[in-house]
Order: sequence, then structure tokens, then C-alpha cells
Amino acid sequence: MQDDDGHIVAQDITVAYGDFIVQRDLNFTVKRGDVFIIMGGSGCGKSTLLKVMIGLKEPATGDVLYEGTPFWASDDSDQEAMKRKFGTLFQSGALWSSMTLAENIGLALKQYTSLSDAEIGDVVAYKLMLVGLSGFEDYYPSEISGGMKKRAGLARAMALDPDILFFDEPSAGLDPISAKLLDDLILELRDSLGTTVVVVTHELASIFSIGNNSVFLDADAKTQLATGDPRELRDSHPNDIVRTFLRRGVPEASAA
Amino acid sequence: MNAALTCTVTPDDTLAVTLAGDWLLDASLPGIEPVIERLQAAPAAVSFDTSDLGDWDTGLVSRLVSIRHSAEANNVPIDDSGLPEGARQLIALAFAVREREGARRKARDIGFFEGIGEKTLRVVGRSRDLLAFVGELMLSFGRLFRGKATYLRSDLVQYIQEAGAEALPIVSLISFLIGMIFAFVGVMQLNNFGAGIYTADLVAVAMVREMAPIMTAIIMAGRTGAAYAAQIGTMKVNEEVDALTTLGVDPVDFLVTPRVIALIVMLPLLTLYGSLMGILGGTFVGLSMLDVSLVQYMSQTVNSVGLNSLLGGLFKSVVYGSLVAIAGCQQGLACGNSAMAVGQSTTRAVVMGIVLIVVSASILTVIYINLGI
Repeated sequence: MQDDDGHIVAQDITVAYGDFIVQRDLNFTVKRGDVFIIMGGSGCGKSTLLKVMIGLKEPATGDVLYEGTPFWASDDSDQEAMKRKFGTLFQSGALWSSMTLAENIGLALKQYTSLSDAEIGDVVAYKLMLVGLSGFEDYYPSEISGGMKKRAGLARAMALDPDILFFDEPSAGLDPISAKLLDDLILELRDSLGTTVVVVTHELASIFSIGNNSVFLDADAKTQLATGDPRELRDSHPNDIVRTFLRRGVPEASAA
Repeated sequence: MNAALTCTVTPDDTLAVTLAGDWLLDASLPGIEPVIERLQAAPAAVSFDTSDLGDWDTGLVSRLVSIRHSAEANNVPIDDSGLPEGARQLIALAFAVREREGARRKARDIGFFEGIGEKTLRVVGRSRDLLAFVGELMLSFGRLFRGKATYLRSDLVQYIQEAGAEALPIVSLISFLIGMIFAFVGVMQLNNFGAGIYTADLVAVAMVREMAPIMTAIIMAGRTGAAYAAQIGTMKVNEEVDALTTLGVDPVDFLVTPRVIALIVMLPLLTLYGSLMGILGGTFVGLSMLDVSLVQYMSQTVNSVGLNSLLGGLFKSVVYGSLVAIAGCQQGLACGNSAMAVGQSTTRAVVMGIVLIVVSASILTVIYINLGI
């Protein structure tokens, strides 16, 4: 496996809504197998950047390179092919509410594989077991709790064995224990499947426990302030804003 | 104890404000105008005496905040040592973060012509969105016929049931009543000329050609068009539509096309059924008010409605059905990101549906007349 060019490379990305620039000049590299954190204060454009990366929103300038291929410069069918290698867990889970968990997970398999219904059933059961929801095939999303919805959403994101998993604020709305369990699950899946993981979050506990690479976005400067291992950024980054954020606003003198 | 406020100016030009009694929100509190007025004269300082102050809550603090605003505007220093410790801390907290420059919303002054211009541009934009949506729908139908569209058959069946069988009761009621109303009017007027039997023609032609298609379509705009907008709008808010897109499933293929097909298939059937119910209602009134037999009335009805009228009416309902479904689904997909936006797009779906129905009804009627149908 050659990682020299990085699995995902952001090149001079500027994201904007109309004339309003959210973030500009974003450049970072995600290596294969990284758990890459997109962090920053509320409203700095983390989720918007994620939308650019998963192909929901076109950047004003710049491009995202997947294994060297620019996503937004590619034509529709190539984009579809690249999207097949993504799995996304949305903030609210975003399970299709009119379908059971089994149908939610099975839709991607139906769309992209020629498996029979029975085989799809087996795959669905296996994916649900991975996230600890075995036996919940015939439940509707409205019948399960918020934490279970997130895990079911993760099972759906993993349906096609993606190369890259994207998470939009995985721990938002979860109690500390469930959030920790989800973090552990993300790490286990990364280790066993070799998936590259991109996480949007501002939960410091998550950032330090799972992240080994990151980009820090700032709402005032409207660009990235730092990129690298979040622990190193906390301990030795020259910019005050980055260090303060990662220390939860506690000044360095009193920080342990 | 009742709240009381007195203020005096001491010899060293300090405005001394004395607060006494219970300053609670639900009590009647004295106005702070005297203090504000004296602050205009820019005394050297303001101080407070609260030795007789009883209980206090937001009622006191909000007034102290107003006094502080006024004092700052007049450059009068405030000596808050006389205030209770808690109130002092709350005021310090309230003033800790200053109002962000430009954060306060000001009502924008829009001139008459500017308003008209903006509204016109909005209407133009919406029409363009609708046309673009129709284009996307056509592409989606193309994919469907080539077998490349992803959708669930079970969804389609469910939409057909929702837009068909489940709408029968309301369609029966409205059509039956409309048939009766037409028959009443017909009997009253035509009997003057001794032509009461032509009531059968009036009811049958009116129902089959115009009323059944348009009434059924309006019922479906309120019933199914609104439901489509609300369903798709809620999915948009929940990021379910984004989830489809990231999976490489076109939301139009998956969500819109099956719904449009359901309405295009079911509305003509409902219209046919509605015509029948209307004629039934007319027959009911005709038989009870006219001196004719059922056989006479029925043969008069059958002779009055040609195949052209029937097919013309059914074609109209196909057009109306697609318009209602398009309005509902387009508004659903254009929905914003809040619960409020879902409500707005539902309302817009119904209004747009009805407007489209009426406009196309006029156009189609003119075309039919010119074609001699």
C-alpha cells in the first residue's frame, strides 16, 4: 500500500454560500487508515466542509482528491463510482423513516450488488451484529433510541464495505457512555477493516481518544489554523486559539 | 411591602437612588423615569441605597440594567456598592459580553417599487425552479423506462393505495353533493321551459367533462399533494434526502417519480368514480323532483355523454394529477431546514397545486372548444 500521496487530499478548497465565504484556502492530507478529525468552534463550517467531501456541495474553488483523482472535476459516472466507496453517518442518523432497519441497510446492497434477497438478509444481519443491534431488523427508526439510531446509521454506512467512513458529530446527543462506546466502535472498525475515518466533532474527549490527524477551522479567520495530530497541536502549536480550544479554554499555566 | 423608589441629588452632585420594599416582577413596580430624567442632567455619579430593600428578582435587575444603559449614555459613573451582592453579579454578567456590532436586526426600509421588484424576481425564480424540476422529472422518467432508476416497488404500491382507495370516501361525498347541486339548479331553471328532463344532460356533461376532474384534483391537492410535500420536506430536514444522495440514489428517482406515477394512474380512476357518484346524486334529485322514470332519466344521461367527453375529462385528470404531484414533490424537495419550513412548503404545495389546476383547466377548455371535443 503506498500512502505517499495520501488517501484524501484537500486542495485549496474554498466553501461559500453565494457571496458569503465560509472557509477558504483549506489544504490538508488524510492518510490511509487515519482517524482524521475536522474540528473547530460552532458555526465555523465543519459540516459544510464534510458536505464538500462527500459530494453534496460543490466547493467555490479547489477540489478533493481521492487516491489522486479530483472528485469535483470528474464527470457524473466517475463521481458515482467514488461515492460508492464512501459511507456516511449523518448527525441525526438520517435513517429512512418509512423503512425498517433491514431495508435501510439493504437498499445500498440492492442498488449496487446482484445479491439475492436471502443473501442481502444475511449481510444485513451481520452488519447489525457488528454494531450490537442484532435482532432489530424489523424495527422502524422511530421505535429505537437515539444511540441505537446512530449505530444503525453506522451499520447502513458500512453496508458496502466503504474505503472511507464519514461521521458528522457522532457523539452529539448521546450520553457519555454511549458516546464512548461509539468512539470505541469507530476505532475497532478502523483497525479490523482498515477504513479511513473522517470525523466532524468538537468533543474534546473524542478528539483525543480517536483522532491521530486533524484540521482546525476557525470561524473568525475563515480558514484553517492548524493541521496535524490533535495531541501535538494541544501541546505545541504556536497559535493560541488552537491551544486554548484543545484545552477547553483553560490557560496553559494551570493545565495539567 | 410595596416597592418604592426615591431619588435625590446630594450636595456633591451624586444622584442617590433609594430602593425599598419588594421588587418582584408580578408586583406593580414604580417607574424609573425620574432616575432617567435626572441622569440627562449628567450628575457626577449614581449611587444606590438598598438598606430597606426586601425580596427582589428580574423586576429589579432589568430596571437596574436600563438605568446603567442610560448612565453610560450620559457618561455618568455608577457606584454599585449599595446594591445587593447577587444583583451586582447579575448586572456584571449581563454587561460582560457587549452587544456584537451589527448583530441587532434593523427593519429594512423597502420602497414600494423595490418591494414589487423583489416579489417579481421571487416569482420568476420560483417558476424557474419549477421548470427545472419538471426537467429533472423527465430525465428520471427516462431512467425509469431504461430500468436504471432505483425505487421500491412496495413504496409505489403504498402510494397508489394512499392516492387511490383511501381517497374514495371524500371523493364520493363531494361528487355526490355536487351532482345533487347541479341537478337542483337544472330542475329549477329547465322546468321553466318544460325541459326538466334535460337536467340529466346538464349533470352528466358537467360532471364528466369539467366538475369531476377539477373537484377530484382539488381534493387530491389538499389531501395527497400536501402529504407529499410534508413527507419529503420532513425527510429533507432529517438529512434523509442527503443520505440518499450520498448513496448515489437520485432523490427524484426514489421519492418523486413513484409518487407522480401513483397520482397519474389513480386520479383518472378517481375522476371516473367521481363522475359516476355525481350522476348518481343528480339522478337522486331528478327522480324525486321531476316526473320521469329511472329508465327515461338514465337513457337521457347515456345519450348525452359521448366518448369524446369522457376521454376529454380523463385526459384533463391526467394533466391535473401530474401537476398536483409535481407541485407537492417540488415544494417538498425545496423545503428549508426547520419544522416551520415544512409547514410553509406544505401550504405552498396546496396553493401552487390549485393554481396550476385552474390555469391548466382554462387552457384545456379553450383547446377543447377549438378542437370541437
